Amino acid sequence: MRLEPIANPSPARRLGLPVLALVATLGVAMLLALVAGANPLAVLGQIATGALGSKLAILETLNRATPLIFTGLAVAVAFRAKLWNIGAEAQLYAGAILAVVLGTGLLGSPWVLPVSALAAMFAGAALLLGPVLLKTRLGVDEVVTTLLLNFIMLLLVSYLLEGPMKDPMGMGWPKSTPLIPEARLPRIVEGLRLHWGFALAILAAVVVWVIQTRTTLGFEIGAVGQSPEAARFAGMPVNRVLVKTALLSGGLAALAGWSEVAGLKGHLSSDLSPGFGYTGIIVAMLALLHPLGVVVTAIFVAGIFVGSDAMSRAAGVPTYIADMLLAVALLFMVLAILLTKVRVVRG
Amino acid sequence: MIHGKKEAEVVLRLDGISKRFGALKANDGVSFVLRRGEVVALLGENGAGKTTLMNILFGHYVADEGSVEAFGQPLPPGNPRAALAAGVGMVHQHFTLAGNLTVLENIRLGTEGLWSRSASGARAKVERLSRDFGLSVHPDAKVGRLSVGERQRVEILKALYRDARVLILDEPTAVLTPQESEALFATLRKATALGLSVIFISHKLHEVLAIADRCVVLRHGRVVGELDTQTTDKRALAALMVGGELSLPRAEAREPGAVLMRLDAVHTPDRGASPGLKAVTLDLRAGQITGLAGVSGNGQAALAEIVGGLALPQAGRIMLKGTPVARWSPAEALARGVARIPEDRHHQGSIADFDLTENAALEGYRTRFSRHGWMNWRAAREFAEGIIDRYDVRCPGPETRIRLLSGGNMQKLILGRAMAPGPEVILANQPVRGLDVGAIAYVQSQLIAARDRGAAVLLISEDLDEIMGLSDVMHVLSEGRLSPGFARGTMTAADLGLWMAGQKFEGAHAA
Repeated sequence: MRLEPIANPSPARRLGLPVLALVATLGVAMLLALVAGANPLAVLGQIATGALGSKLAILETLNRATPLIFTGLAVAVAFRAKLWNIGAEAQLYAGAILAVVLGTGLLGSPWVLPVSALAAMFAGAALLLGPVLLKTRLGVDEVVTTLLLNFIMLLLVSYLLEGPMKDPMGMGWPKSTPLIPEARLPRIVEGLRLHWGFALAILAAVVVWVIQTRTTLGFEIGAVGQSPEAARFAGMPVNRVLVKTALLSGGLAALAGWSEVAGLKGHLSSDLSPGFGYTGIIVAMLALLHPLGVVVTAIFVAGIFVGSDAMSRAAGVPTYIADMLLAVALLFMVLAILLTKVRVVRG
Repeated sequence: MIHGKKEAEVVLRLDGISKRFGALKANDGVSFVLRRGEVVALLGENGAGKTTLMNILFGHYVADEGSVEAFGQPLPPGNPRAALAAGVGMVHQHFTLAGNLTVLENIRLGTEGLWSRSASGARAKVERLSRDFGLSVHPDAKVGRLSVGERQRVEILKALYRDARVLILDEPTAVLTPQESEALFATLRKATALGLSVIFISHKLHEVLAIADRCVVLRHGRVVGELDTQTTDKRALAALMVGGELSLPRAEAREPGAVLMRLDAVHTPDRGASPGLKAVTLDLRAGQITGLAGVSGNGQAALAEIVGGLALPQAGRIMLKGTPVARWSPAEALARGVARIPEDRHHQGSIADFDLTENAALEGYRTRFSRHGWMNWRAAREFAEGIIDRYDVRCPGPETRIRLLSGGNMQKLILGRAMAPGPEVILANQPVRGLDVGAIAYVQSQLIAARDRGAAVLLISEDLDEIMGLSDVMHVLSEGRLSPGFARGTMTAADLGLWMAGQKFEGAHAA
């Protein structure tokens, strides 16, 4: 068996294969439900209604999608330059820490929100600056450095929550002092749980899209990602482009943590992110690194998580099915993308 | 004698081979036979289907139609081992040798198991083969220390060691000096006298005429002619290859102008097997094409990087119009009017998945196609359309991804992009390699036009005909050393060959 490249894939191939991947994912989902001893169609139905079945469910899904849009954008921006930022989780926590540092009384209205958002972005950007400089100066693999920084940041957060940031009124729980009301992101519509972080995430996606398609930086990022050699030959400052990409990516990931603290939780805890940084990779890959596509796939992924929670309560199937589904969806989608470019030939 | 060969046993028979890649018919009903003891040249432009055909013969591709027969037995499709086992050996353009192993180890590598044959038996066989075929190379020499010509001999020995009865040589002379090519031809004559058969893939007509008995010409995947080399000539072969008469441009001599760029005693560090530049002083004058001949891997890459802004000299200076440059980078080179046509148009000159507009904008995106960081895509698109128009780039439109273009059309876009700002110095590194004859003529005429406009052109090429046809002054680069400049018409190919082999440099230094 060998792979033969296809010069010009047909539209049927380009659209049909991703749809097929989705159908195959649903097939695997039903199989998993069957293994768990539940009615497969009922499980799928419950996931769908759990994610989209009511106003409450939809808002919950959008709330869950918010950090995923930010981390998905962070990954999409970096991966486009072939800068493998696996550390969105760490950058997320950097943003969350800044939200707490500035949001618990150090600053007051009206400056606290914009200042803490900007500071969070700087913190996330700074966190990725080290790995990217090690990469451009010394050739250190950023996959390793960014990945390991995730664990360092988690330990730092644990330390802060046990020490300097510990909530004195927290009855011993490892969580931070709560944010002052002025430091909280208001809800978009009073009475509904959806906060302005979601709108900010959409705005971020549009901004990233504009940067990528309309600015010289976007052109440079694309060129450096596709062919650093050609970019260098054409006179592009390849290393500087990588550094700028890293700053953008780190800043976006940090907004995920900032908006979770300022918009949803109101305090920092070590379970703030159930792996939003890593899930951001899936979100970005499913969106083929397109910033507007990230919004769609983030909502899709969030829907599967939220729906699986609801389904689990009703059908007794473990929520792990959501993680398995996403993994399967990603594998099928990667395969589908590969098969739009090559065909398998026997012999 | 030719008649005798016609009667000889058929060792290889290709029958009605067709292979399609999407809309492209790479091979279309190709049939020919190879007889015992003859050399058949497979002639054709790049993209004519030579490589596809050999890949099918060798089992790397499976043909859509047709069959291959070796020594009367059909070869199972898609099985490279079957071709080897049947006695078909191939020497690729890019060698497949391990530099840290000896000649003998390389020859045995992959041929036999660890314990199958004693080393002394293998050595005896290699020594016998190298004696019989005139392939002198020491069996215990490390391959990494060998010259390119010697490495090619090792590749041929490797094939012979596997008892190949049919040798396929893919563009074997591309990396050789004229003298080394002669030695190769002597080996091939010995081989055919001993009953071997050779398929010689090339697009150099004079070599084909010198070595081959017959010549199969491919065009657009079809056999358009099968000629006896005794009864044909260059002109007829070229016409068959291109499908019409075509003459390559030749530059007339002109009065040279001022020195626009000077490399002053430039040194660069050696990189692995490829030598750096050794005290190279080179003047590029306005209105003059400076040709740089030499076998590649003798410092051409280093020189091109210096001129193109990609590297700084370790010692020595780069001077533009008499003043040494303070900063030097690709962007700086572009800003100072140095245009570059890179050697590797696929990896340096273009970005495969970018469309023509984006590729056209690559070099000028900061200065011409943006303001305050905002891209002006309309201007970039108009620029691309202008190049497509003026340089006759065959494509569906500026939104086509450049990977879908042929090498010639890709090169025209790169040429148009380089020429647009009206450069004063033009670095053309292997500008026509891999192009078809039509595109070659076009690119070369553009270089001549730029010279006539007053630009200083540095032409780096492995093709001596190209260098001698176009250059007003010629230099040879050998192991990083630059020969003196030779005016047009003062040197023969054989003279330049001696410089390329490095033999003349000792004398020159003593003088």
